[in-house]
Amino acid sequence: MNTPQPLLTVENLTVDFHAASGAFRAVDDVTFHVDSGETLVILGESGSGKSVSASAVMGLIDTPPGEIVSGRISYRGTDVTRMSEDKRLAFNGSKVAIIFQDPLSHLNPVYTVGWQLAETYEVHGKARGAEARRLSIEALRRVGIPDPESRIDWYPHQFSGGQRQRIMIGMAIALGPELLIADEPTTALDVSVQAQILDLLKELQREEGLAIVMITHDLEVAANMADRVIVMNAGKIVEQGIAKDVFADPQHAYTKRLMSALPDEADYRDGKSSGESEPILEVRDLSKTFLLSPGLLRPPKSLRAVDSVNFDLKAGETLGIVGESGSGKSTIAKMLLRLTDATSGEALFHGKDIFRMNPKELMKFRRRVQMVFQDPFSSMNPRMSVFSIISEPWSIHSDILEKSRWRERVIELLGLVGLRAEHADRFPHQFSGGQRQRIAIARALACDPELIICDEAVSALDVSIQMQIIDLLADLRDRLGLAYIFITHDLPIVRGFADRILVMQSGQTVELQRTEEIFRRPQRPYTQMLINASPRPKWEQSNAAHA
Amino acid sequence: MFKFVFRRSTQSIGAIIALLVLVFFLARLTGDPAYLYLPLDSTDAQRQAFNALHGYDDPIYVQFFRYLGDLTQLDFGMALSRNRPAMEVALEAFPETLKLAAIAMALALVAALVVGSLAAARPGGLFDRLATTSSLAGASAPDFWVAIVAILIFAVSLGVLPTSGTGTALHWVMPIGVLMLRPFGLLTQVVRGSMVGVLSQPYIKTARAKGVGRRRIIFVHALRNALLPVITVAGDLTASLVNGAVVVETIFGWPGIGKLMIDAIVQRDFALIQSTILITAIAIFLMNILIDLIYAAVDPRIRHQQA
Repeated sequence: MNTPQPLLTVENLTVDFHAASGAFRAVDDVTFHVDSGETLVILGESGSGKSVSASAVMGLIDTPPGEIVSGRISYRGTDVTRMSEDKRLAFNGSKVAIIFQDPLSHLNPVYTVGWQLAETYEVHGKARGAEARRLSIEALRRVGIPDPESRIDWYPHQFSGGQRQRIMIGMAIALGPELLIADEPTTALDVSVQAQILDLLKELQREEGLAIVMITHDLEVAANMADRVIVMNAGKIVEQGIAKDVFADPQHAYTKRLMSALPDEADYRDGKSSGESEPILEVRDLSKTFLLSPGLLRPPKSLRAVDSVNFDLKAGETLGIVGESGSGKSTIAKMLLRLTDATSGEALFHGKDIFRMNPKELMKFRRRVQMVFQDPFSSMNPRMSVFSIISEPWSIHSDILEKSRWRERVIELLGLVGLRAEHADRFPHQFSGGQRQRIAIARALACDPELIICDEAVSALDVSIQMQIIDLLADLRDRLGLAYIFITHDLPIVRGFADRILVMQSGQTVELQRTEEIFRRPQRPYTQMLINASPRPKWEQSNAAHA
Repeated sequence: MFKFVFRRSTQSIGAIIALLVLVFFLARLTGDPAYLYLPLDSTDAQRQAFNALHGYDDPIYVQFFRYLGDLTQLDFGMALSRNRPAMEVALEAFPETLKLAAIAMALALVAALVVGSLAAARPGGLFDRLATTSSLAGASAPDFWVAIVAILIFAVSLGVLPTSGTGTALHWVMPIGVLMLRPFGLLTQVVRGSMVGVLSQPYIKTARAKGVGRRRIIFVHALRNALLPVITVAGDLTASLVNGAVVVETIFGWPGIGKLMIDAIVQRDFALIQSTILITAIAIFLMNILIDLIYAAVDPRIRHQQA
């Protein structure tokens, strides 16, 4: 086979970002190419420069603060970094298109999806008016939006997450580009939806001969899509090759570490701690109903977010609550912490109903039960130092610790979560996501709780960091005898961590079982789906297809 | 939507009644009108006769309930100073103010949208710095001072514009120019700030990736999103223009409701004070409903929340 000219070539690309503190090299001498019709996956964790490389192709780097220091990006031999503004406008969307991680924020909220689709045809002079509308309806149908004739007049917020990503894809392929850049297209979606979107991309690729550059931090997604893979770390390419080879036999130390971050067939933990002891928490028929705002002519509707959920938790035990978005799992956490009121049911903490506690009892309860939230960026006051964040509970519950010992204890807690003493005087923005989550855990530990509720506590973190945080939580559990309620959408991640797992869907309990039972003998199809939702590697799919 | 308007109306009626009560009693603190309307050498008996004629000799709560009773019949009382129904006088003056305020506001808004958007397109650029400085000056210059200086320059020194009054198109120039200065300054700053935020939103990146040109991104994709805070501020400013025209109308001798209000207070013309304030209150209430409706028209998410 002769080697024709590649569709896209990136040569020695170096991109800096200038900030007050100096220049930061986001992409460092990166070279790669993309052939027609193939899928190239750029794999890397946050800050690895993978998105910046792709943005450079579309001319989407803001300059300033960004600066393409050197390098060439050629599309069919033309250097696109030196394109005139007019040529750039004609090129974007028609030759190369892009889809992003969060389709809701990437669609304009004040225009209908039809308007936004039709605009793509109009600004490129391909069609206008009724013809553009007809093509837009076709595009929506193409990406599997039901009833496109009427949905075309809907606004982005009226669609589900998966549908919005379909709309983004429809808009991207509207003009029949040769290359589609997909920047973390499924990261914000539920696992079941993720698989559908990946299938849609592959189907379009087959039918249109589209080349795809897929940017992801997710190894399973990468394996599912990739013909070839590039691994990036700190702005540099550390490894590249045929996907199957890289996954089977990673050469670079960083790639090896990434691969080992995949949750493996760890030993199940279940049963180790659930001795004879009395449960510390008993939840009975817990329900929450939200009243949706009534329409002008329609009767008010209600949504049963949590529907008669029962479980209990023993001292030192870990319960995983697993479900997709809208399953009610976070609402349970909010009710247990009295951040929102329960509609009915009871939750007995050491025999006392949380929902009927008087302010004094509640104050005591809140010392015993702490929370770690999903987003370590927004759940900490940016103007408070780490020391004030961790020590704040002691000024609320004044009998825990006398003030002269605060610093000593903060340093001790920081040590416990793997941070250093000098971190106490820094501010949240000076830390990475994983470090911030460690701070959040140290804060939770400040009151010597017996139960910590973690709501998607690792979902916002890179895979290799996720396992570190889970290991830390497991270690603290064993040392301090903590109990956890660990809420997540990612079933495999709690495999080696949780004693029991409660699977939820649409507010209802699907299954509550010991972890090993859930994985070995899932009773319900939904649980099975969650276990198997991780996409399979591409090389295994093609074998199956041929068989 | 009707339900929404109805709900807002009922809320506002309470506020307007409270306002009327307050104004009724405050107006009577300005003093005894008999001293103003009768000759200086009038006797106590003459003054009592005057007060009895207009009902000012009754206890104040009796006067108040009589006023409320009259209101239900849409009788707003006689304007003492003009010997005509007070509401009639107020309604004559109001359109003059409205015209002034509407034109000033429309000009300020359009200018602010263009200047603010262009300033936001290149934050820190030359145009941005010019726009920021001039809008800050506009927002902070006291209007009475600007009005007087303007008269001094354009009317007295250059003699190109009339000092005050109405009649020709030239009479409109200075009142509108002075009146729009503050709204223009404030709105430019709001547009710029809101626009800078919107232009960094992810959907702007999508538009660039689609191949949408720069001008269309700013004026079509971003502007409508940036409008919400602008509408809020513009609404407040319009309301305060209707009220705040007092200074400008007085200086330029413009026969609007602001000048009428001041005259009425000086002349202790209780019925006229009450009528002018009632009209402006209703205008502000209508303005607020209009703002909410514009909100819903601009942002479909608000529309769907209400629906």
